[in-house]
Formats: sequence, C-alpha cells, structure tokens
Amino acid sequence: MSGAREAGPVILAVGGISLAFGGVKALSEVGFDVREHEVRAIIGPNGAGKSSMLNVINGVYRPQQGRITYLGETREEMEPHFAASHGIARTFQSLALFKGMSVLDNLLAGRNLLMRTNLLLQALRIGPALREEVAHRRRVEEIIDFLEIQHVRKTPVGRLPYGLQKRVDLGRALAAEPRVLLLDEPMAGMNVEEKQDMCRFILDVNDEFGTTIVLIEHDMGVVMDISDRVVVLDYGRKIGDGTPDEVRSNQAVIDAYLGVQH
Amino acid sequence: MALAHAAGDTFPKLLARHARERGERPALREKDLGIWQTWTWAEVETEVRFLAAGLARAGFRRGMHLAVVGDNRPRLYFALLAAQSLGGIPVPFYQDAPAGEMAFVFRDADIGFAIVEDQEQADKLFEILPDCPGLKRIWYDDPRGFRHDRRPELASYESLRAEGEGRVRDQPGAIEAEVSKGAGPDVAIMLYTSGTTGNPKGVVLSHDNLLVSGRNYVELEGLTDEEEVLAYLPMAWIGQNLFSYAQWLVAGFRINCPESAETVLTDMREIGPTYYFAPPRVLEALLTQVTIRMEDASSPKRWMFRHFMGLARRVGSAILDGKPVSALDRLHYALGGIVLFAPLKNSLGMSRVRVAYTAGEAIGPDLFVFYRSLGINLKQLYGQTETCAAVCVQPDGQVKPDTVGPPMKGVEVRVLDTGEIVLRCPGLFVEYHRNAEATREAKDAEGWYHTGDAGFFDADGHLRIIDRAKDVGKLSDGTLFAPKYLENKLKFFPFVKEAVAFGDGRAEASAMVNIDVQAVGDWAERRGIPYSGYQDLAAKPPVVELVRECVEKVNADLAADPTLAGSQIHRFVILHKELDADDGELTRTRKVRRRYIAEKYAGIVEALYGEAEVCAVEAQVRFEDGRTGMVRAQLAVGHAKTFPPAAARSAA
Repeated sequence: MSGAREAGPVILAVGGISLAFGGVKALSEVGFDVREHEVRAIIGPNGAGKSSMLNVINGVYRPQQGRITYLGETREEMEPHFAASHGIARTFQSLALFKGMSVLDNLLAGRNLLMRTNLLLQALRIGPALREEVAHRRRVEEIIDFLEIQHVRKTPVGRLPYGLQKRVDLGRALAAEPRVLLLDEPMAGMNVEEKQDMCRFILDVNDEFGTTIVLIEHDMGVVMDISDRVVVLDYGRKIGDGTPDEVRSNQAVIDAYLGVQH
Repeated sequence: MALAHAAGDTFPKLLARHARERGERPALREKDLGIWQTWTWAEVETEVRFLAAGLARAGFRRGMHLAVVGDNRPRLYFALLAAQSLGGIPVPFYQDAPAGEMAFVFRDADIGFAIVEDQEQADKLFEILPDCPGLKRIWYDDPRGFRHDRRPELASYESLRAEGEGRVRDQPGAIEAEVSKGAGPDVAIMLYTSGTTGNPKGVVLSHDNLLVSGRNYVELEGLTDEEEVLAYLPMAWIGQNLFSYAQWLVAGFRINCPESAETVLTDMREIGPTYYFAPPRVLEALLTQVTIRMEDASSPKRWMFRHFMGLARRVGSAILDGKPVSALDRLHYALGGIVLFAPLKNSLGMSRVRVAYTAGEAIGPDLFVFYRSLGINLKQLYGQTETCAAVCVQPDGQVKPDTVGPPMKGVEVRVLDTGEIVLRCPGLFVEYHRNAEATREAKDAEGWYHTGDAGFFDADGHLRIIDRAKDVGKLSDGTLFAPKYLENKLKFFPFVKEAVAFGDGRAEASAMVNIDVQAVGDWAERRGIPYSGYQDLAAKPPVVELVRECVEKVNADLAADPTLAGSQIHRFVILHKELDADDGELTRTRKVRRRYIAEKYAGIVEALYGEAEVCAVEAQVRFEDGRTGMVRAQLAVGHAKTFPPAAARSAA
C-alpha cells in the first residue's frame, strides 16, 4: 500500500562465518549483508543454521571463523553486551519474558540498558531517577499503544495467550530502541489471524521507527510478502540470496525445499 | 416545536454557551498512553472552530455530508460539531462496517469528505473509492501507517486543523457567523439504520429532534453538569448520539472516551460513571464474567455470594423502589452491602451510577433484576432511531422487567387493531434521505409513525413489546406465533447466545440455537468434557441435553400464558457455527436476520419439520481476513417435551 521503503547503506555484514559444535558443522562460510531500513529474511529447512546465525550476530555464539561488520566496524566475533548496547535487539523462538511480571514491567525491563541513574536513586524514586522513570514510562506506553496491548498492560505475562505473549516479546525488544531487530520465528505457533496482525506490526515497526529487521520465518507466504531480500540456508551453507522473486525461482532453493531425485 | 432556549437551538450554539459559562471545566476526556487527557469546554470550542475552518477551506459547505468513521475518539466528536457548525450534516459509521456496506451510504448521501480514525478505516474508503467518485478528501486521526502514503485524497487531521487555525487567524468571526446562521429545524445528523431487509435507510434528524429528546431525559432524571459518562458505544448508534452527544451538550456534563474497545471495563472503573447506558448484551457479558469468576472463587466466598445474592433478589429491587421491607431484611441487606454489593459494584465500575439505562433489545428478567437488586437503578427505555430513542421510559419506583414504561412527556402512543404500535412525538425524524416512499410508509398523513413493533399496554399503562409486527405470525392452527418472544426467552439462559425460531404457517414451532461458547465451555470443563472449538462443543450429546433442558423450561413458561401456550418449541438444532454479521446472518446491531437464515439453512429448517434425527449441513463462512471457506457438519435434531397449558404449574 504505502510507498517503497528506501534501503540505506549496509549496516551489518557477515562474511565467511563458520561455526561448529564439536563435529557438527552448524554454519560454514556463510556471508551476507543487511542494509539499513530493510526487512531481511533468513529461511531454510529445519536445522539449516538459521537460529545459529542470529546467535552469531548478537554474540551468543562465537564463530570459529569469519568477520562481522557492524556500523562500519569489523570484528571477529560480537560481544553480547556490545551488541545490546549498540542497538541490536532480538526476540526469541521460546519467549524471553518474566512470566510473573506485568506487561508494563516486562517492557520497562527491556529498557534496562537505557537507564542512566543508579539503583539507589531508582529505589528512592527521587530527583533525576523520577524524571527518568517518567520518560521511560512514556516510551513504554507508546510501544503499548503501538502494539495495541493496552488492555493487558497490568496483566502478568504468564496469564496471556501465546499469541499475545509473542507480541509482548516484540515489545520488550522494541523497548530497547534498537537499530537492528532480530526476530526468531515471530509467527511460530500462531493462527492465521494472529500471523496477519504480527506481519502488520513488523511492517509498521519497520515503517514508523525505521528499524532494520532480520527475520527467521518458516511460513513462506509471510516471508515472500514482507521481506525485501531473503537469504536461504541449507545444512549450514548459503544456497540463495536475493529478492523474494529471485529466491523463488532459484533452482538450488527449490531443490532444498522440495527435494531432488537422486 | 419552539424550544425554550432560542440561544441554544443547535449543537454548535450550545457548545458556545458551555464555553462561555463553564469554559474552564472539563468537557471531554480520553485515555491516551495510559493517562486521562482532558479538554475543557473552551478547548473543545477552539478545536471545533479550527476544524470547521479547515473543512470550510477544503470546500465543505452547508448541507453537505461528512462521513465520520471510527471508534469513540475526541477528534471524531470535534468532527461532528465542526460539520454542524458549518451547517453540514455528519454521517457516522459503525467502525466494523465492511467496505461494501459503506459504499452504498457514500453514494446515497453523496459524501465528498470523510474524517476517519486510522489506516484500517482509510483502507476501506480507498477500496470503495472507484465506486464512489464523489469522495474527494479523506483525513485521518492516527497517522500510523501513513508515513509514506502520498495519495492525493489523503491528509492528516493535524494538517486540516492547522489550515483551519490559519484561516481563523485571517478571518476571525467567520465560523461564529456560520454557527449563528443555524437553526433548530436544520438537519443535525443522518444515521443509517442497519435494516433487517434491503438497503439501509438514512434517517434524517434535526437539531430540534435530538435536543427536545435530550432535554426530556435531562429533565426527567435531573441530570446536571456534574455527570460522568463513558462514551464507548458505536457513534453511528442513536443511543450513543442521544446519551453521549445530545445530552452531553444539553446538560454540559463530561464524556470519557476509553483507551480501546478492550479496556472499557478498566476505564469504567477508573472513571466511575454516574450515568450509564448499556445494551443488554454488554450487561450480560459483565454478568457472565462475574459468574465465571465466582465459580472459581473459594467456597466461603461462593457461599457468601449465593447467600447475599439470594437475599438481594428477594428484597433488593423493593428497597430500590422504596417499597416496604422488614427492618431485619434491611439490616441484612445493609450487611450484604458492606461485604458483597459495594465491592462488586466497585469492580463493575458502577459504584457511582445514579441512573442506568438499557435498550436496543429485550433484556432477560434475571439479568435485569441482578443489577437492580445490587442497588443499581437500571431502567428500560423504548425508542428507535426514527424517534431519537425517546418514546417510553420506566420512571423511578415503577420498574417492571417485562415492560418499557409509560410514554414520555409529549409522546402520544396508540396500539392499532393489528397490534402495531404507532406514535407521535416531538423527536420524530424529518424523513428518510432520498426515500419519499419509505418516509410515507413510516409516517402517515397525520404524523403517526408506524413503529413496526407489536405490543400492548398493561393495566398500569406501561407499554409491553412482544415482537416486530411483521414477524408475528400464526401457526397452521391459528395460534399466535411471536418468534422474537421465543428467541428472547431462550437467549435469557446464559448457555444460549443466539436463537432463531420458526413456525409461521407451520404446525408447530421449532428453533435453531447458538450456544455461548464461554458459558457452555466452562460448564463442559467442569464436567471433564473435552472439546476443541465451537463446532465440536455444539455437537456433544451432553450439550444437546443441556439445551434441551433450556428449551423445555421455556415451554413450561409458555404453557402458563394462554395466548402463547400453543407456540411451544417441539424440535431444535444447535447450529454448527456462530451466527455472524460478516456472513450476513446478523445485522450490525446483532439482530438475527430470520428470513435470510431460513433461506441459507433451508436444509436444517426442513429437518426441523421432518422425521430425520440428524441433518447434514454445508455452509460458506467468511473468516476475519476476508477469505471464505466451507464448513460441513452433521447436526443432531433434538426433541423437546411440551406441556399442556394445565400441567404448567407442576412442571415449572
């Protein structure tokens, strides 16, 4: 509907990444780039190494080989703390939320790294800490409004249905005001309607905040619909890279998904 | 009809008066980002003036129609007032109206300008744009999703307001001059009736119509400018227009827009309305929630709830009506007030409610009595869009569950020999837009409006409505058959969500039933009956048994009433899907479209009057994303016991 997104310069690039767990090769020689403001999908059959790739990008896994260039700075591996404090946020396939805490508190927790005042001032709620809390609360309320979860603002996350928890997880990641958002199967386990809503939210995040999005997803319809470019992994190797149309007509990709006769 | 206050004969003039007299007092609130934001009367007037000037600059003129599409948002209220300030006519839409239904109205009313809430509504307008060449400009309130949108028709509310602000600076007094040109007989608003048959009709209402009706209510209930009202019902509904718009501007009280449709309950608790209006389905949903939560409570709490609700049912309404009740019962009830009624009212957000109304459809006696016995002054009223919802209302102290009260001040009501109710009232609509024929049919030469409802006056002069006059039929043996009456009786059971009764021209009455998936699901869970969804649950034999019990209770009830004893329900079917407005089975106000359902499910109707024990059904359903699919099912046909009129007492 809306006008074309304008992809900016390359914000994140990985090159020659190889990752092995003992004898199991999760990734071998994988490289691709992500441009600012685009929606970049990583697809592939089960065990292709998609989640491992995300874990390499935000520093949870340390690859044996390869380079990661982020914001023009090249390094051999990413530090999780550096990634988080420099604008990389992610959601998890198995949610990362505090089940006993309210939606509001979970989102506020997502802003932990942006809080400047110390614990003592925060506990006493005086002076700068109070001003800061008001500012954080406002930002979190904007996210609540954006994701349309006002009605569960004060509900403990554990009591919400799964689809809504996924949305809260996205909100938690957004609360960190990321430049790059890594989404690990944001639509897994959702029904058609919830998927549609989630697509809408992802596109809106990309559109409204200009957030670059790297997304793993199984639902091909979704991927082809919302992505600007797609990377295809199979058994830890990159077998395709390009626009949804290019990927769709790529023979190696078709073989990987539909199988080939030997 | 001359109004007492010539200075306040239109809504914009009333706004100006409030801005003068109580300019610094809050007029309107909206919860945004978790905080209630307030506009004073003076601020509302300024906003409306800027918006009106912006509209005028865009070419909106006296007599034109402005579409207002969305949920209750302050800016949409400003839009109503701005259009009226210029002598234009706002046309509010139900926010869930599908694009196809909207296209008809846009063409019928020649709408060239629209103010919409958000992208969802704007998308619908763009969908119908090719069929509605008259539509020139669309302004949106919420900018989300429009960042890169450069379509020429589209602009933000902000930009419209900003243009208006500039114009007000350049030509001060221009809007005030337009406002002063308005007069009471001018058209104030056009509301489209959902229409159970055919295309919707645009009901043209004048400022006089709405103001006289609003004033009648304000005087009757002694409403002041201190009332708090929650504005949460669709803006296209006459009830919302009368209670949150006309009366708002007559009495100068405060209206509050909830944060979203899902947060209404929380928002209501925060606001604590003093004056409350809810259709029966909202009250029913609240009660269902209370009941379910009580079932999950600890056993002492459950005991307490049962004990005091039993007492309340016995004496609560009588205490509210000021009837004699023994001192011991009063004391007991006061104790119940401390431990149960007050906390319960508080959690419903009804602690401060002085007057509450319900209307729109018949309300179940149990439901009605539940709220009254808590000490909430809930009353019924009767009226249509055409009569500004102001025909009959129950006066304090004379509230009966099955009537709608005596006619209001200035309203004449007669019952024709056919049973149809006709009336004359000052709030009676001007005409149907561009439909002289329909206007003539509804309003006869002497000004009597034919309501199409069937009913009668009881011994106390209270009106009792039984059904739509055209739907009242006869069984083949000549017995009176009032389908709505049967359906309502069934729907009063918490397990039954919708019911459709058949029987006109047949030997006996029968019914299709939708179970309430929340209530029955809860019931099934407690009995360890597993189910996967509505269709599965509806087909479970114990559920069929459960519904049979409901039907038999209705039959026992009917047997006690000599005129209706013959229309007891013999056979019934639990439908495999919930009736839905998207499938055309219900109107937007959730009334069943009986004839359409009879055609669509002809196979089931046949089975209801055949010998078969099961019937196969195949039907198309429309999912929320607009796609369609087929649903197939085998439905069991249930038989219900009927009672001879004499045996009624022992069975009941």
